[in-house]
Amino acid sequence: MNSDQNILVKLKDAGFKINDKWLVKGVSLQVEKGKIVTLIGPNGSGKSTTAKIALGIYKKIDGSVEKNTDKIGYVPQKISIDWTLPLRVYDFMLLTENLDEETINHALSLTGVTHLKNKNLGDLSGGEFQRVLLARAISKKPELLVLDEPVQGVDFTGEIALYELIKKISDELNCGILLISHDLHTVMSATDHVVCLNGHVCCSGSPIDVAKNNEYKALFGEQASQILSRYEHRHDHVHTSEGEIKKN
Amino acid sequence: MFDDFFIRALVAGLGVAIVTGPLGCFVIWRRLSYFGDTLSHSALLGVTLAYSMELNIALSVFIISSLIALTLIHLQKRTNLPGDALLGLLAHSSLAVGLVVIGFLTFIRFDIMGLLFGDILAVTVRDIFIIWVGGALILLVLKLIWKPLFASTVNYELAEAEGLNPDRAKAIFTILMAGIIAISIKMVGLLLITGMLIIPAAMARNISDSPQKMVVYSIIGGLLSVILGLFSSLEFNTSSGPSIIAAALFLFILSLFNIKQSIKLKN
Repeated sequence: MNSDQNILVKLKDAGFKINDKWLVKGVSLQVEKGKIVTLIGPNGSGKSTTAKIALGIYKKIDGSVEKNTDKIGYVPQKISIDWTLPLRVYDFMLLTENLDEETINHALSLTGVTHLKNKNLGDLSGGEFQRVLLARAISKKPELLVLDEPVQGVDFTGEIALYELIKKISDELNCGILLISHDLHTVMSATDHVVCLNGHVCCSGSPIDVAKNNEYKALFGEQASQILSRYEHRHDHVHTSEGEIKKN
Repeated sequence: MFDDFFIRALVAGLGVAIVTGPLGCFVIWRRLSYFGDTLSHSALLGVTLAYSMELNIALSVFIISSLIALTLIHLQKRTNLPGDALLGLLAHSSLAVGLVVIGFLTFIRFDIMGLLFGDILAVTVRDIFIIWVGGALILLVLKLIWKPLFASTVNYELAEAEGLNPDRAKAIFTILMAGIIAISIKMVGLLLITGMLIIPAAMARNISDSPQKMVVYSIIGGLLSVILGLFSSLEFNTSSGPSIIAAALFLFILSLFNIKQSIKLKN
Protein backbone atom coordinates (compact mmCIF):
# COMPACT_ATOMS: atom_id res chain seq x y z
CA MET A 1 0.00 0.00 0.00
CA ASN A 2 2.70 2.37 1.11
CA SER A 3 4.83 1.88 -1.98
CA ASP A 4 1.79 2.52 -4.18
CA GLN A 5 1.41 5.97 -2.72
CA ASN A 6 4.99 6.73 -3.62
CA ILE A 7 4.51 5.96 -7.30
CA LEU A 8 4.61 9.15 -9.34
CA VAL A 9 4.26 7.67 -12.78
CA LYS A 10 3.73 4.12 -13.91
CA LEU A 11 3.93 2.78 -17.44
CA LYS A 12 2.30 -0.55 -18.11
CA ASP A 13 3.13 -2.29 -21.36
CA ALA A 14 3.28 1.11 -23.04
CA GLY A 15 4.13 1.60 -26.71
CA PHE A 16 3.89 4.27 -29.36
CA LYS A 17 3.87 4.04 -33.15
CA ILE A 18 3.95 6.51 -36.00
CA ASN A 19 2.63 5.34 -39.37
CA ASP A 20 2.58 1.70 -38.27
CA LYS A 21 6.20 1.83 -37.19
CA TRP A 22 6.72 1.16 -33.52
CA LEU A 23 9.11 3.63 -31.92
CA VAL A 24 8.96 1.70 -28.70
CA LYS A 25 6.85 -1.17 -27.48
CA GLY A 26 5.96 -3.01 -24.31
CA VAL A 27 7.64 -0.74 -21.78
CA SER A 28 6.75 -1.17 -18.14
CA LEU A 29 8.41 0.94 -15.51
CA GLN A 30 7.62 3.11 -12.55
CA VAL A 31 9.20 6.12 -10.92
CA GLU A 32 8.80 6.54 -7.19
CA LYS A 33 9.40 9.47 -4.88
CA GLY A 34 13.08 9.98 -4.11
CA LYS A 35 14.21 7.38 -6.66
CA ILE A 36 16.22 7.82 -9.84
CA VAL A 37 15.29 5.62 -12.77
CA THR A 38 17.63 5.76 -15.74
CA LEU A 39 16.91 4.82 -19.33
CA ILE A 40 19.85 3.67 -21.38
CA GLY A 41 20.08 2.27 -24.88
CA PRO A 42 21.51 2.99 -28.33
CA ASN A 43 20.32 5.81 -30.60
CA GLY A 44 16.79 5.27 -31.81
CA SER A 45 16.02 2.75 -29.10
CA GLY A 46 13.03 4.74 -27.87
CA LYS A 47 14.41 6.49 -24.78
CA SER A 48 13.00 9.94 -25.55
CA THR A 49 9.78 8.38 -26.80
CA THR A 50 9.39 6.54 -23.50
CA ALA A 51 9.93 9.80 -21.62
CA LYS A 52 7.30 11.52 -23.75
CA ILE A 53 4.84 8.71 -23.14
CA ALA A 54 5.41 9.10 -19.40
CA LEU A 55 4.89 12.86 -19.68
CA GLY A 56 1.68 12.52 -21.65
CA ILE A 57 3.04 14.35 -24.71
CA TYR A 58 2.17 11.33 -26.81
CA LYS A 59 -1.45 10.53 -26.23
CA LYS A 60 -2.42 7.81 -28.69
CA ILE A 61 -0.44 5.06 -27.05
CA ASP A 62 -0.66 1.37 -26.46
CA GLY A 63 -0.86 0.16 -22.90
CA SER A 64 -1.41 2.58 -20.06
CA VAL A 65 0.20 5.45 -18.20
CA GLU A 66 -0.78 6.32 -14.70
CA LYS A 67 0.42 9.72 -13.53
CA ASN A 68 -0.09 10.78 -9.93
CA THR A 69 1.41 14.23 -9.99
CA ASP A 70 1.00 17.52 -11.84
CA LYS A 71 4.19 19.07 -10.52
CA ILE A 72 6.55 18.11 -13.30
CA GLY A 73 9.84 19.56 -14.46
CA TYR A 74 11.00 18.57 -17.93
CA VAL A 75 14.32 19.01 -19.70
CA PRO A 76 13.78 17.91 -23.30
CA GLN A 77 16.56 16.46 -25.41
CA LYS A 78 16.08 18.84 -28.27
CA ILE A 79 14.55 22.23 -27.90
CA SER A 80 14.11 24.49 -30.85
CA ILE A 81 13.26 27.99 -29.78
CA ASP A 82 12.21 30.44 -32.39
CA TRP A 83 14.36 33.54 -32.19
CA THR A 84 11.56 35.77 -33.43
CA LEU A 85 10.83 35.81 -29.72
CA PRO A 86 12.80 38.24 -27.60
CA LEU A 87 13.36 36.06 -24.57
CA ARG A 88 15.75 36.56 -21.68
CA VAL A 89 16.82 33.79 -19.31
CA TYR A 90 14.69 35.52 -16.68
CA ASP A 91 11.55 35.33 -18.86
CA PHE A 92 12.30 31.70 -19.64
CA MET A 93 12.48 30.82 -15.95
CA LEU A 94 8.90 32.06 -15.56
CA LEU A 95 7.65 30.06 -18.53
CA THR A 96 5.33 27.57 -16.84
CA GLU A 97 5.17 28.78 -13.27
CA ASN A 98 5.14 32.11 -11.46
CA LEU A 99 8.23 32.21 -9.29
CA ASP A 100 9.63 34.91 -7.05
CA GLU A 101 12.98 36.56 -7.64
CA GLU A 102 14.69 34.64 -4.85
CA THR A 103 13.63 31.22 -6.15
CA ILE A 104 14.88 32.09 -9.63
CA ASN A 105 18.23 33.31 -8.33
CA HIS A 106 18.64 30.23 -6.19
CA ALA A 107 17.92 27.83 -9.06
CA LEU A 108 20.27 29.69 -11.40
CA SER A 109 23.03 29.66 -8.79
CA LEU A 110 22.63 25.89 -8.28
CA THR A 111 23.48 25.26 -11.93
CA GLY A 112 26.08 28.05 -11.92
CA VAL A 113 24.49 30.49 -14.34
CA THR A 114 23.34 33.41 -12.18
CA HIS A 115 25.37 35.81 -14.32
CA LEU A 116 23.28 34.95 -17.38
CA LYS A 117 19.96 36.01 -15.87
CA ASN A 118 19.42 39.05 -18.07
CA LYS A 119 21.02 37.64 -21.19
CA ASN A 120 19.04 36.84 -24.28
CA LEU A 121 18.38 33.11 -24.57
CA GLY A 122 19.58 33.13 -28.16
CA ASP A 123 23.03 34.38 -27.14
CA LEU A 124 23.85 31.43 -24.88
CA SER A 125 26.24 28.63 -25.74
CA GLY A 126 24.96 25.06 -25.86
CA GLY A 127 26.30 24.22 -22.41
CA GLU A 128 25.01 27.44 -20.86
CA PHE A 129 21.58 26.83 -22.33
CA GLN A 130 21.55 23.30 -20.94
CA ARG A 131 22.29 24.67 -17.45
CA VAL A 132 19.45 27.15 -17.81
CA LEU A 133 17.08 24.38 -18.90
CA LEU A 134 18.00 22.36 -15.83
CA ALA A 135 17.65 25.40 -13.55
CA ARG A 136 14.19 26.06 -14.94
CA ALA A 137 13.08 22.47 -14.43
CA ILE A 138 14.20 22.32 -10.79
CA SER A 139 13.15 25.85 -9.82
CA LYS A 140 9.48 24.94 -9.54
CA LYS A 141 10.30 22.22 -7.00
CA PRO A 142 8.72 19.42 -8.99
CA GLU A 143 7.64 16.05 -7.65
CA LEU A 144 8.72 14.41 -10.87
CA LEU A 145 11.74 15.43 -12.93
CA VAL A 146 12.16 14.09 -16.43
CA LEU A 147 15.66 14.78 -17.72
CA ASP A 148 16.45 13.83 -21.30
CA GLU A 149 20.24 13.99 -21.60
CA PRO A 150 20.41 17.00 -19.28
CA VAL A 151 24.15 17.60 -19.50
CA GLN A 152 24.74 17.41 -23.26
CA GLY A 153 27.26 20.01 -24.33
CA VAL A 154 28.35 20.75 -20.77
CA ASP A 155 32.09 20.65 -20.12
CA PHE A 156 33.54 17.65 -18.30
CA THR A 157 33.90 19.13 -14.80
CA GLY A 158 30.51 20.77 -15.12
CA GLU A 159 28.99 17.45 -16.09
CA ILE A 160 30.10 15.77 -12.89
CA ALA A 161 28.90 18.70 -10.80
CA LEU A 162 25.49 18.69 -12.49
CA TYR A 163 25.00 14.96 -11.94
CA GLU A 164 25.88 15.47 -8.29
CA LEU A 165 23.34 18.28 -8.23
CA ILE A 166 20.67 16.03 -9.74
CA LYS A 167 21.36 13.42 -7.08
CA LYS A 168 21.20 16.09 -4.38
CA ILE A 169 17.91 17.45 -5.69
CA SER A 170 16.37 14.01 -5.69
CA ASP A 171 17.31 13.66 -2.02
CA GLU A 172 16.36 17.18 -0.94
CA LEU A 173 13.03 17.47 -2.71
CA ASN A 174 12.30 13.76 -2.40
CA CYS A 175 11.26 13.89 -6.03
CA GLY A 176 11.36 11.06 -8.50
CA ILE A 177 13.66 11.39 -11.48
CA LEU A 178 13.40 9.75 -14.88
CA LEU A 179 16.83 10.24 -16.40
CA ILE A 180 18.07 9.54 -19.88
CA SER A 181 21.81 9.43 -20.14
CA HIS A 182 24.61 8.17 -22.31
CA ASP A 183 27.23 8.38 -19.63
CA LEU A 184 27.38 4.92 -18.13
CA HIS A 185 29.74 5.99 -15.32
CA THR A 186 27.29 8.48 -13.90
CA VAL A 187 24.31 6.31 -14.62
CA MET A 188 25.68 3.65 -12.41
CA SER A 189 26.80 5.90 -9.57
CA ALA A 190 23.53 7.73 -9.02
CA THR A 191 20.82 5.43 -10.26
CA ASP A 192 18.49 3.24 -8.26
CA HIS A 193 17.03 1.42 -11.21
CA VAL A 194 18.21 1.03 -14.81
CA VAL A 195 16.02 0.25 -17.78
CA CYS A 196 17.90 -0.77 -20.88
CA LEU A 197 15.91 -0.10 -24.02
CA ASN A 198 16.27 -1.28 -27.59
CA GLY A 199 12.83 -0.71 -29.06
CA HIS A 200 11.59 -2.75 -26.13
CA VAL A 201 12.86 -3.31 -22.59
CA CYS A 202 15.88 -5.50 -23.12
CA CYS A 203 16.69 -5.74 -19.45
CA SER A 204 16.14 -3.81 -16.27
CA GLY A 205 17.07 -3.85 -12.63
CA SER A 206 19.69 -2.41 -10.33
CA PRO A 207 22.80 -1.12 -12.13
CA ILE A 208 24.84 -4.13 -11.14
CA ASP A 209 22.20 -6.61 -12.26
CA VAL A 210 21.97 -4.87 -15.62
CA ALA A 211 25.74 -4.87 -16.04
CA LYS A 212 25.82 -8.63 -15.66
CA ASN A 213 23.01 -9.14 -18.11
CA ASN A 214 24.02 -10.81 -21.36
CA GLU A 215 21.65 -8.78 -23.50
CA TYR A 216 23.19 -5.63 -22.09
CA LYS A 217 26.64 -6.88 -22.98
CA ALA A 218 25.48 -7.70 -26.49
CA LEU A 219 24.05 -4.22 -26.89
CA PHE A 220 26.85 -2.14 -25.43
CA GLY A 221 29.82 -4.46 -25.77
CA GLU A 222 32.15 -6.00 -23.26
CA GLN A 223 33.86 -2.72 -22.48
CA ALA A 224 30.71 -1.10 -21.18
CA SER A 225 30.24 -4.03 -18.93
CA GLN A 226 33.74 -3.52 -17.56
CA ILE A 227 33.00 0.11 -16.77
CA LEU A 228 30.28 -1.11 -14.50
CA SER A 229 32.18 -3.86 -12.84
CA ARG A 230 35.09 -1.52 -12.22
CA TYR A 231 32.62 0.84 -10.72
CA GLU A 232 31.29 -1.86 -8.50
CA HIS A 233 34.65 -2.11 -6.72
CA ARG A 234 34.71 1.55 -5.82
CA HIS A 235 31.32 1.37 -4.25
CA ASP A 236 30.79 1.00 -0.53
CA HIS A 237 27.22 -0.22 -0.80
CA VAL A 238 25.00 -2.27 -3.05
CA HIS A 239 21.54 -1.57 -4.36
CA THR A 240 19.19 -4.44 -3.80
CA SER A 241 16.58 -5.19 -6.40
CA GLU A 242 13.97 -3.63 -4.11
CA GLY A 243 15.84 -0.36 -4.51
CA GLU A 244 17.20 -0.32 -0.97
CA ILE A 245 20.79 0.48 -0.20
CA LYS A 246 22.85 -1.98 1.77
CA LYS A 247 26.25 -1.10 3.13
CA ASN A 248 28.93 -3.56 2.20
CA MET B 1 -18.28 64.62 -29.22
CA PHE B 2 -18.99 61.47 -31.27
CA ASP B 3 -20.94 63.57 -33.79
CA ASP B 4 -17.81 64.23 -35.72
CA PHE B 5 -17.00 61.32 -38.04
CA PHE B 6 -13.32 61.91 -37.55
CA ILE B 7 -13.48 61.63 -33.77
CA ARG B 8 -15.53 58.46 -34.17
CA ALA B 9 -12.91 57.00 -36.49
CA LEU B 10 -10.13 57.96 -34.10
CA VAL B 11 -11.81 56.39 -31.08
CA ALA B 12 -12.58 53.23 -33.05
CA GLY B 13 -9.07 53.03 -34.49
CA LEU B 14 -7.38 53.46 -31.12
CA GLY B 15 -9.58 50.71 -29.71
CA VAL B 16 -8.52 48.38 -32.52
CA ALA B 17 -4.82 49.22 -32.05
CA ILE B 18 -4.85 48.33 -28.35
CA VAL B 19 -6.09 44.83 -29.21
CA THR B 20 -4.02 44.19 -32.35
CA GLY B 21 -0.85 45.07 -30.40
CA PRO B 22 -0.62 41.96 -28.20
CA LEU B 23 -2.40 39.67 -30.69
CA GLY B 24 0.02 40.79 -33.40
CA CYS B 25 2.98 39.76 -31.23
CA PHE B 26 1.61 36.23 -31.04
CA VAL B 27 0.95 36.28 -34.80
CA ILE B 28 4.65 36.99 -35.33
CA TRP B 29 5.92 34.64 -32.64
CA ARG B 30 3.76 31.76 -33.82
CA ARG B 31 4.31 32.52 -37.53
CA LEU B 32 0.65 33.00 -38.19
CA SER B 33 0.66 35.94 -40.59
CA TYR B 34 -0.72 33.88 -43.43
CA PHE B 35 -3.32 32.45 -41.06
CA GLY B 36 -4.49 36.00 -40.33
CA ASP B 37 -4.78 36.56 -44.07
CA THR B 38 -6.91 33.49 -44.49
CA LEU B 39 -9.29 34.54 -41.75
CA SER B 40 -9.67 38.04 -43.12
CA HIS B 41 -10.30 36.76 -46.66
CA SER B 42 -13.03 34.56 -45.29
CA ALA B 43 -14.48 37.66 -43.65
CA LEU B 44 -15.86 38.73 -47.03
CA LEU B 45 -18.13 35.70 -46.94
CA GLY B 46 -19.19 36.78 -43.46
CA VAL B 47 -20.03 40.28 -44.68
CA THR B 48 -22.12 39.04 -47.59
CA LEU B 49 -23.95 36.71 -45.24
CA ALA B 50 -24.62 39.61 -42.90
CA TYR B 51 -26.17 41.61 -45.75
CA SER B 52 -28.26 38.78 -47.12
CA MET B 53 -29.59 37.67 -43.73
CA GLU B 54 -29.64 41.11 -42.15
CA LEU B 55 -27.26 40.12 -39.36
CA ASN B 56 -24.79 42.33 -37.54
CA ILE B 57 -21.60 42.42 -39.66
CA ALA B 58 -19.19 41.89 -36.76
CA LEU B 59 -21.20 38.93 -35.46
CA SER B 60 -21.50 37.27 -38.86
CA VAL B 61 -17.80 37.78 -39.67
CA PHE B 62 -16.89 36.37 -36.27
CA ILE B 63 -18.97 33.24 -36.87
CA ILE B 64 -17.66 32.62 -40.40
CA SER B 65 -14.02 33.27 -39.46
CA SER B 66 -14.28 30.97 -36.44
CA LEU B 67 -15.78 28.25 -38.64
CA ILE B 68 -12.99 28.63 -41.18
CA ALA B 69 -10.39 28.49 -38.39
CA LEU B 70 -11.90 25.33 -36.91
CA THR B 71 -12.11 23.79 -40.40
CA LEU B 72 -8.42 24.51 -40.81
CA ILE B 73 -7.49 22.83 -37.51
CA HIS B 74 -9.63 19.85 -38.54
CA LEU B 75 -8.08 19.61 -42.02
CA GLN B 76 -4.58 19.85 -40.58
CA LYS B 77 -5.23 16.68 -38.62
CA ARG B 78 -7.03 14.83 -41.42
CA THR B 79 -4.99 15.45 -44.57
CA ASN B 80 -1.38 15.19 -45.64
CA LEU B 81 -1.35 18.63 -47.23
CA PRO B 82 1.11 21.14 -45.77
CA GLY B 83 -0.29 23.96 -43.63
CA ASP B 84 0.36 26.76 -46.11
CA ALA B 85 -1.44 24.89 -48.91
CA LEU B 86 -4.48 24.42 -46.67
CA LEU B 87 -4.40 28.10 -45.73
CA GLY B 88 -4.26 29.13 -49.39
CA LEU B 89 -7.04 26.74 -50.22
CA LEU B 90 -9.32 28.15 -47.55
CA ALA B 91 -8.36 31.80 -48.11
CA HIS B 92 -9.00 31.88 -51.82
CA SER B 93 -11.99 29.60 -51.92
CA SER B 94 -13.79 31.55 -49.20
CA LEU B 95 -12.90 34.83 -50.95
CA ALA B 96 -14.19 33.42 -54.23
CA VAL B 97 -17.40 32.09 -52.69
CA GLY B 98 -17.91 35.47 -51.02
CA LEU B 99 -17.58 37.29 -54.34
CA VAL B 100 -19.90 34.82 -56.07
CA VAL B 101 -22.52 35.36 -53.38
CA ILE B 102 -22.20 39.14 -53.85
CA GLY B 103 -23.00 38.55 -57.52
CA PHE B 104 -26.32 37.02 -56.52
CA LEU B 105 -27.21 39.87 -54.16
CA THR B 106 -28.03 42.31 -56.94
CA PHE B 107 -30.60 44.07 -54.78
CA ILE B 108 -27.91 45.36 -52.40
CA ARG B 109 -25.38 48.01 -53.30
CA PHE B 110 -21.98 47.07 -51.95
CA ASP B 111 -19.17 49.45 -51.23
CA ILE B 112 -16.50 46.88 -52.20
CA MET B 113 -13.65 49.36 -51.84
CA GLY B 114 -14.79 50.27 -48.34
CA LEU B 115 -15.02 46.61 -47.46
CA LEU B 116 -11.56 45.78 -48.76
CA PHE B 117 -9.70 48.83 -47.50
CA GLY B 118 -11.75 50.28 -44.66
CA ASP B 119 -13.92 53.35 -44.53
CA ILE B 120 -13.82 55.99 -41.79
CA LEU B 121 -17.09 57.56 -42.85
CA ALA B 122 -18.87 54.30 -42.14
CA VAL B 123 -17.85 54.06 -38.46
CA THR B 124 -20.90 54.50 -36.24
CA VAL B 125 -21.28 54.89 -32.48
CA ARG B 126 -22.55 51.32 -32.47
CA ASP B 127 -19.30 50.17 -34.13
CA ILE B 128 -17.29 51.99 -31.46
CA PHE B 129 -19.28 50.16 -28.82
CA ILE B 130 -18.60 46.78 -30.49
CA ILE B 131 -14.90 47.56 -30.85
CA TRP B 132 -14.35 48.62 -27.25
CA VAL B 133 -16.50 45.98 -25.57
CA GLY B 134 -15.37 43.22 -27.94
CA GLY B 135 -11.78 44.39 -27.65
CA ALA B 136 -11.89 44.40 -23.86
CA LEU B 137 -13.28 40.87 -23.94
CA ILE B 138 -10.54 39.68 -26.31
CA LEU B 139 -7.82 41.20 -24.10
CA LEU B 140 -9.33 39.68 -20.97
CA VAL B 141 -9.39 36.19 -22.49
CA LEU B 142 -5.87 36.67 -23.86
CA LYS B 143 -4.66 37.57 -20.37
CA LEU B 144 -6.29 34.42 -18.99
CA ILE B 145 -4.63 32.11 -21.55
CA TRP B 146 -1.35 34.05 -21.67
CA LYS B 147 0.72 31.57 -19.67
CA PRO B 148 -0.15 28.36 -21.59
CA LEU B 149 -0.22 30.18 -24.92
CA PHE B 150 3.13 31.83 -24.39
CA ALA B 151 4.74 28.69 -22.98
CA SER B 152 3.57 26.61 -25.93
CA THR B 153 4.77 29.31 -28.30
CA VAL B 154 8.24 28.95 -26.82
CA ASN B 155 8.10 25.16 -26.76
CA TYR B 156 5.02 23.02 -27.24
CA GLU B 157 6.34 19.90 -25.57
CA LEU B 158 7.49 21.72 -22.45
CA ALA B 159 4.04 23.26 -22.04
CA GLU B 160 2.33 19.94 -22.65
CA ALA B 161 4.65 18.01 -20.33
CA GLU B 162 4.24 20.46 -17.48
CA GLY B 163 0.46 20.34 -17.69
CA LEU B 164 -0.48 23.65 -19.32
CA ASN B 165 -2.85 22.24 -21.95
CA PRO B 166 -1.46 24.09 -24.99
CA ASP B 167 -4.03 22.68 -27.45
CA ARG B 168 -6.86 24.39 -25.61
CA ALA B 169 -4.94 27.68 -25.49
CA LYS B 170 -4.30 27.43 -29.24
CA ALA B 171 -7.97 26.83 -30.04
CA ILE B 172 -9.03 29.78 -27.88
CA PHE B 173 -6.40 31.99 -29.50
CA THR B 174 -7.77 31.06 -32.92
CA ILE B 175 -11.21 32.26 -31.85
CA LEU B 176 -9.66 35.51 -30.56
CA MET B 177 -8.12 36.06 -34.00
CA ALA B 178 -11.54 35.65 -35.58
CA GLY B 179 -12.81 38.15 -33.01
CA ILE B 180 -10.30 40.91 -33.78
CA ILE B 181 -10.93 40.54 -37.50
CA ALA B 182 -14.66 40.82 -36.90
CA ILE B 183 -14.41 44.03 -34.89
CA SER B 184 -11.78 45.77 -36.98
CA ILE B 185 -13.02 44.99 -40.50
CA LYS B 186 -14.88 48.30 -40.90
CA MET B 187 -11.87 50.33 -39.81
CA VAL B 188 -9.01 48.78 -41.74
CA GLY B 189 -10.76 46.67 -44.34
CA LEU B 190 -10.31 42.97 -44.85
CA LEU B 191 -7.23 43.13 -47.05
CA LEU B 192 -5.27 45.18 -44.54
CA ILE B 193 -6.18 43.73 -41.14
CA THR B 194 -3.19 41.41 -41.20
CA GLY B 195 -0.99 44.48 -41.77
CA MET B 196 -2.40 46.07 -38.63
CA LEU B 197 -1.58 42.88 -36.73
CA ILE B 198 1.92 42.34 -38.09
CA ILE B 199 3.55 45.69 -38.81
CA PRO B 200 3.38 47.35 -35.36
CA ALA B 201 4.46 44.05 -33.75
CA ALA B 202 7.34 43.73 -36.23
CA MET B 203 8.40 47.27 -35.40
CA ALA B 204 8.24 46.42 -31.69
CA ARG B 205 10.42 43.34 -32.23
CA ASN B 206 13.17 45.57 -33.58
CA ILE B 207 13.37 47.62 -30.43
CA SER B 208 12.59 45.22 -27.57
CA ASP B 209 14.51 42.58 -25.64
CA SER B 210 11.69 40.95 -23.68
CA PRO B 211 8.19 39.71 -24.57
CA GLN B 212 6.47 42.21 -22.27
CA LYS B 213 8.30 45.15 -23.80
CA MET B 214 7.43 43.94 -27.27
CA VAL B 215 3.73 43.87 -26.40
CA VAL B 216 3.83 47.38 -24.96
CA TYR B 217 5.77 48.84 -27.91
CA SER B 218 3.47 47.05 -30.31
CA ILE B 219 0.43 48.71 -28.73
CA ILE B 220 2.14 52.12 -28.76
CA GLY B 221 3.15 51.61 -32.39
CA GLY B 222 -0.43 50.71 -33.32
CA LEU B 223 -1.85 53.76 -31.53
CA LEU B 224 0.65 56.08 -33.25
CA SER B 225 -0.12 54.50 -36.62
CA VAL B 226 -3.84 55.12 -36.17
CA ILE B 227 -3.35 58.75 -35.16
CA LEU B 228 -0.80 59.44 -37.87
CA GLY B 229 -2.74 57.53 -40.50
CA LEU B 230 -6.11 59.08 -39.81
CA PHE B 231 -4.80 62.66 -39.72
CA SER B 232 -3.00 62.17 -42.99
CA SER B 233 -6.04 60.53 -44.58
CA LEU B 234 -8.00 63.65 -43.57
CA GLU B 235 -5.27 65.89 -44.93
CA PHE B 236 -4.71 64.10 -48.25
CA ASN B 237 -8.21 62.67 -48.65
CA THR B 238 -6.97 59.07 -48.83
CA SER B 239 -8.85 56.02 -47.54
CA SER B 240 -8.41 55.28 -43.86
CA GLY B 241 -7.16 51.70 -43.87
CA PRO B 242 -4.22 52.13 -46.26
CA SER B 243 -3.23 55.40 -44.56
CA ILE B 244 -3.03 53.67 -41.16
CA ILE B 245 -0.99 50.80 -42.58
CA ALA B 246 1.31 53.22 -44.43
CA ALA B 247 1.88 55.07 -41.15
CA ALA B 248 2.71 51.76 -39.46
CA LEU B 249 5.18 51.01 -42.23
CA PHE B 250 6.77 54.43 -41.67
CA LEU B 251 7.26 53.60 -37.96
CA PHE B 252 8.67 50.20 -38.88
CA ILE B 253 11.27 51.82 -41.12
CA LEU B 254 12.21 54.19 -38.29
CA SER B 255 12.69 51.19 -35.98
CA LEU B 256 15.19 49.72 -38.45
CA PHE B 257 17.48 52.68 -37.80
CA ASN B 258 17.38 51.79 -34.14
CA ILE B 259 18.71 48.31 -34.96
CA LYS B 260 21.56 49.68 -37.04
CA GLN B 261 22.51 52.00 -34.21
CA SER B 262 22.51 49.28 -31.59
CA ILE B 263 24.57 46.99 -33.84
CA LYS B 264 27.06 49.83 -34.27
CA LEU B 265 27.18 50.37 -30.52
CA LYS B 266 27.91 46.70 -29.96
CA ASN B 267 30.91 46.74 -32.29
